Amino acid sequence: MSVPLTLLGLLEREPSHGYELKRDYDAYFGRGKPLPFGQVYATLGRLARDGKVAAGEAEPGAGPDRKRYVITEAGATEFETWLAEPVMPEPHLQTVLFAKVVLALMLGRRADQYLDTQRAAHLQRMRELTELKQKGALVDALLADHGLFHLEADLRWIDMTAARLDALARAVSQPVPEVTGGSR
Amino acid sequence: MTEQTGAVGTAPHSPAPDGTDCLIEAHRVVRSFGQTPALRGASVMVTAGEILAVMGPSGSGKSTLLHCLAGILAPDSGEVWFDGRRIDAMGEAERSALRRDQFGFVFQFGQLVPELTAEENVALPLLLGGARRAAALARARPWFGRLGLDGLEQRRSGELSGGEAQRIALARGLVAGPRVLFADEPTGSLDSLAGELVMNLLTAAGRDQGTTVVLVTHEPRVAAYADREVIVRDGKVNSLAAGRVGS
Repeated sequence: MSVPLTLLGLLEREPSHGYELKRDYDAYFGRGKPLPFGQVYATLGRLARDGKVAAGEAEPGAGPDRKRYVITEAGATEFETWLAEPVMPEPHLQTVLFAKVVLALMLGRRADQYLDTQRAAHLQRMRELTELKQKGALVDALLADHGLFHLEADLRWIDMTAARLDALARAVSQPVPEVTGGSR
Repeated sequence: MTEQTGAVGTAPHSPAPDGTDCLIEAHRVVRSFGQTPALRGASVMVTAGEILAVMGPSGSGKSTLLHCLAGILAPDSGEVWFDGRRIDAMGEAERSALRRDQFGFVFQFGQLVPELTAEENVALPLLLGGARRAAALARARPWFGRLGLDGLEQRRSGELSGGEAQRIALARGLVAGPRVLFADEPTGSLDSLAGELVMNLLTAAGRDQGTTVVLVTHEPRVAAYADREVIVRDGKVNSLAAGRVGS
């Protein structure tokens, strides 16, 4: 989660005080990890230095937080560019799951038992997310769905791997071919 | 309620995972189709009131297990018990009565009777159980509101979307207040959103009524609605136990 870009997005919605930005960030994006006030103001300071937001005049009243921040043209352009870009598809080609399976097979351990244990852990987490979906707000459901679909993808990989364990065991017991030609 | 006849006895009394008594128990169930074995000694216990997901790859035997637990199929060997009654030893008529009086069913494709209206389909288990038509329809109608189906009472299956038809099938499975609902891939023909609605309604209605649910699915997102899952592999049942999650 990019804090600067998320704050820019909240400012694109409407000019806001720092405490309003923190409140909305925590409500929609914090998920149990509230943004410290210090980080809010440090981020706003950097964004102002880089010309992406402008701080209004300090408003009369008590407390330190009396400036309203407004997104600038440069800030809005950066935010729009970021919003339009697809997120890097992460193929996760070297996951911990993968490494554990290969190492278990190399060492002659019970990879099937490891996969079963992992499957149970994944399903337990999916149950928790499903409960969150059923009891929480629609925004919670949206986030839970993202987790559920990713966990489901992992589970499909686990099922496919479990079905191929014998062949995989043979494959990882072969000597690694020599790399010929080229340089590193 | 069917009078208990014949195969009443003492179940093998294996403790359920949470220490409570089991409502359904299968022990070393073997079932083949011709020369092809589907179950090779499957054992499973289902506690009263729980939602159990039965998972497994295609052809693993999970649907055959459900059919044996529900008294649709008789095993070649092994025992199946329901509430202290040995159902694998019952005759077809007695098993049929048990299914009608104690169990509800939802299958992958709603399998509504096309000639009947939606409300007649929902009322069908009551009508087959001998209820009078007016009384059966009166019990069927509140389900339309509960499952978000208001206004669809007079439609026939060809006039319903897949999700609507499946919710009608769910209402039909629950209308008689079964002690166990057997659901075989109940969302298998639906898109994600329609499937989610069916699962939310199925689990909520099951818990409201205290209905035990045995849910066969190959989809982890559907199994995640259950309290517990078992996996059928090569005709046998494995229970999964999550270990400590490390880094």
